[in-house]
Amino acid sequence: MCDLRVLDLTWYIAGPYCTKLLADYGAEVIKVERPGGGDPARRMGPFPNDEPHSEKSGLFLYLNTNKKSITINLKSTTGIELLGELVRKVDVLVENFAPRVMPSLGLSYHMLYKINPALVMVSISNFGQTGPYRDYKASELILYGMGGAMNATGTPDGGPLKLGGNVVQYQAGAVAAVATMGAILASHFRSVGQHVDVSIYETQMGSIDRRSTNLLSFAYSGTAPFTRYPMAGLFTLLPRGRYACKDGFIEFAGGGAQFWPRYVQMLGMPELLSDPRFSTLEERYRVEHLKELEAIVMAWLAEHTKQEVMEAAQAASVACAAVQTIADVVENPHFQDREFFVEIEHQMAGTFKYPGHPFRLEHGGGRIDSAAPMLGEHIEEVFCRQLGHRKEDLLRLRQTGVI
Amino acid sequence: MSTRGACQTADLPLAGIRVTDFTLVWAGPFASMMLGDLGAEVIRVENIHHFPPSTRGVAPKPPPSYMNEAGGAMYPDREGGERPWNRCAVFNCSGRNKLSMTLNPRRPKGKQLFKKLVGISDIVIENNASGVMDRLGLGYRELKKIKPDLIMISMPAFGNSGPYKDLKGFGAVLESLIGHTYLRGYPDLDPTYAGNPVYHADAAAGASAAFAALVCLYHRHRCGEGQFVDLAQAETILAQLGDPIMEYTMNGLVQQPRGNRDSVPALQGCWRCRGEDKWINISVCTDEEWRGLCKAMGEPAWSKEQRFADSISRRYHQNELDDLIGEWTRRMDACELMDLLQRHVVPAGPVLNEALAFADPHLQARRYWVDIEHKEAGTHPYPGFLWHMSVTPPSVRKPSPCLGEHNGYVYRELLGLSRQEIDQLEKEGHIGYDYVG
Repeated sequence: MCDLRVLDLTWYIAGPYCTKLLADYGAEVIKVERPGGGDPARRMGPFPNDEPHSEKSGLFLYLNTNKKSITINLKSTTGIELLGELVRKVDVLVENFAPRVMPSLGLSYHMLYKINPALVMVSISNFGQTGPYRDYKASELILYGMGGAMNATGTPDGGPLKLGGNVVQYQAGAVAAVATMGAILASHFRSVGQHVDVSIYETQMGSIDRRSTNLLSFAYSGTAPFTRYPMAGLFTLLPRGRYACKDGFIEFAGGGAQFWPRYVQMLGMPELLSDPRFSTLEERYRVEHLKELEAIVMAWLAEHTKQEVMEAAQAASVACAAVQTIADVVENPHFQDREFFVEIEHQMAGTFKYPGHPFRLEHGGGRIDSAAPMLGEHIEEVFCRQLGHRKEDLLRLRQTGVI
Repeated sequence: MSTRGACQTADLPLAGIRVTDFTLVWAGPFASMMLGDLGAEVIRVENIHHFPPSTRGVAPKPPPSYMNEAGGAMYPDREGGERPWNRCAVFNCSGRNKLSMTLNPRRPKGKQLFKKLVGISDIVIENNASGVMDRLGLGYRELKKIKPDLIMISMPAFGNSGPYKDLKGFGAVLESLIGHTYLRGYPDLDPTYAGNPVYHADAAAGASAAFAALVCLYHRHRCGEGQFVDLAQAETILAQLGDPIMEYTMNGLVQQPRGNRDSVPALQGCWRCRGEDKWINISVCTDEEWRGLCKAMGEPAWSKEQRFADSISRRYHQNELDDLIGEWTRRMDACELMDLLQRHVVPAGPVLNEALAFADPHLQARRYWVDIEHKEAGTHPYPGFLWHMSVTPPSVRKPSPCLGEHNGYVYRELLGLSRQEIDQLEKEGHIGYDYVG
C-alpha cells in the first residue's frame, strides 16, 4: 500500500497499533507528536536495563515501526496551519484523543472536510464520539470490564480477571484498521470521504470471544452459557483445564466419550481400559471415579515435563498444550521456523527481537524494515521535501516552539 | 460525489465484492462478518453431511437434557425447535449479512460447484485445520486456476507451516501455548487458578483476517493481482502482546501474572459492589485522581495517613488499600458508583453482565443494539456494529442465514443452473436444509 498516505495523530496503544498495521503493510505514516515530550508511550516501559529514556521504550518502539515522526504544537495557529497543509496531502487521518480535543483545536471532521473532502478521518476513543460516557475516563481494565466478557472470567472465589497485557486496546486498534481500510476502499472505489467513529467499548461488546454469544444467548433465553463457574459436566468429565507437571503447567481441553481411549493411550496405561472403575461410561461418570482418574493423571504429569506431556498428548490426539511463558514462546521452534519474531536495529535503543506481522503478504505488503522514529526525526523530510518549506523556516518554527 | 452533506449515504465500501466463506467456529465467521458489514456479499458454503464443531451448536439436535444445561441457553427459550442449527446464538451472533448455500465438497460434483462459485468470487476465506483445503482439492493452487486474481485468506490456528501446523485443539489450548493464559492469572496463585479459558485469539485473528482481505483488495485494485495469505491465529495474538514480549527480548524478564493490576496505574483493581456478583473496576494513576477518589469516599480518616501519601507508597500498600476501598464499594451500586467516581474525574467502570450491558444508557444512546427478525429464531436485540461511519454506515441487510437458505439464489441466479439440475443436486445430497446422518 505504498501509495497510501496517513497522517497519524495517535498516542498510547489503540491508535498507534492501528497506524502500525497500516505502516507495516506499506502505507506512508507520518506521526505528529507534541514538541518536547512526544507520544507519552515513549515514557512507558519496558526500557533496556530498566533505564527510562524517551527513545528506548519497548512499547513505543514496537508500536511505531515504519512510521515517520514530526512534531507540531497543535495549540499554536501556525501549527494548525502546518497540519492543514498535511491534511491536504493525505488519504487518511487517524486520531485517538479524548473526543473533545480535536474540535477544541479547530480540527473537527467538518473543518477537515473543507480542506480535503476525500479525507477519511478515523477517531478511536474509549466510549466513542457521542453518548453520555463520551468524556468518561477509562483504562485497559475498565474497558474490558464494561465491554468484554470479564464478568465470565476468573474463579468464583477470586472474582473477575483481566486479560493479559493491553490486548483490549490492541484489539481496538486492529478493528479500527479494518474500519479504516473499509473507508479507504470506499474513498478509492467511490470517491467518498467520511468520518469513522470507533469506540473501544463497542469493539469489545461486539467481539466474538464469547461476549457476543453470551449477549445473544441472554437475549434468546435470559441466561448466558459461559460464566465464571466451572464448565465441567457440560461437554466432558475427562480431566480438563490446567494442571501442574514436572517443570510447569499444561492445559487439557477435555473431550467427549471418544477421548477416553486417547487419554489411556497418552498415559501409556492400557490396563485402565479393563479397570472396573473406568470400564463403562456410567462408571467413568461417577464423581469419585473421576477424582481417582484425575489423581492418576496428576501423578503421571508430575513425572513428565510439559514438552513430554504435549508430545504424548498429540501422539494420542488429546487436545493439550503447555502453559508457556513469554520466554518459552519467543524461543519456541514453531515461531522460529515461521520467522515470526524479527530483529530490528534502532540507532539509540539497540537491536532487539520484535513480534512480527500478524500475517505476511507476498505482494503489496511492507516488511518491518525501519525502526520506530526518534522524536521529530523526519521534520526536514516532511516539511522541506514534501511541503516545500525552506530550511530557514524550520529554524524559525523551532525557535517559536511550533515544531 | 463532490457535493454531499453529512447525512447522505453512499454505496457500502465493499458493494460488488463477493466472498466465498468456508469458515467455522468463531475466528473465521467473525472475520467474514466484518466483510459483510462493509457491504460484501458473503456466501457461506456449508455441507449438510458434516456438522462442524461449535459452529451451528454442539450437535445438530442436542438432547433434551442439554437444553437444561448451560449450553441450552444458546437457543431461544431453550427450545431447539425443528432445526436447532438455525436457532443457535453461537452462530447467529455473527451471521448477519451472510447467505448460506450447501454442497458436499467431498464429492466431485461438490468440488466443481465450489470452484464455480469461486470463479465468480473475489475472496475465499477459511479457517479449517491446515491441509484440509488441499486434501479436498480446493487449495489455493487449484482455485487460482479458475480465478487468477483470487484473494484467499487461510487462517488455521498455527498457520500453514512450522512444527505446530497440525497441532490439535483450538481456543483454550492455543491461549496457553502462546503465553496468554500464563499472563492472565492471579498474582499469588499458579496458572491452575486462572478459571475458565478465554478466547481472545478468535477476536484477534478475526480482525486481522478481515484487515488482510482489505489490504489485498487494495493491492488488487492498484495492481490487478490477487494472493494467498497464510495467517496463523496464534501470531495475531502475539502481535497484540507487544509490551510483555519486548520486556523479555530487551531485558530477559518474564512477565508474571498481575491479576487486575497493571504497570501504569499505581492503584487498580476490581472491587465487589452491592448485590449479587456485582463489581467495579477503578484505575488511579495521578494524585488528582487519588484526591477525587478520597472525596468521592467522603474523605475517610485513613485516606490521610502517611502510608497512602503518594503514588509510590500507595502502590506499596495496595493490599491494605484493597481492603479499605472494598469496605466502601460493597455498600454501593456498581453503575451509580461509576457515575459518582467519573464526576470526581476518577477512571472507573462496572463489570457489566449481560443484563447490565443491554440496559446501559450509553449504548442505547448510540443505538448500539439492533433488533433483528429471524424467521426461525424470532425477533431479538443483537450486539451491533464495531464502528460507525458517517457516509457508509453499516446496517443489517439480512438476518443470520438458515442452513441452505440461499441455495435458490446461488444456484439459479449466480451459477445459472436449470430447475432440473437443481433437483438433481437435491437428490444427490448437495442441496439440502437439514443435517443428514
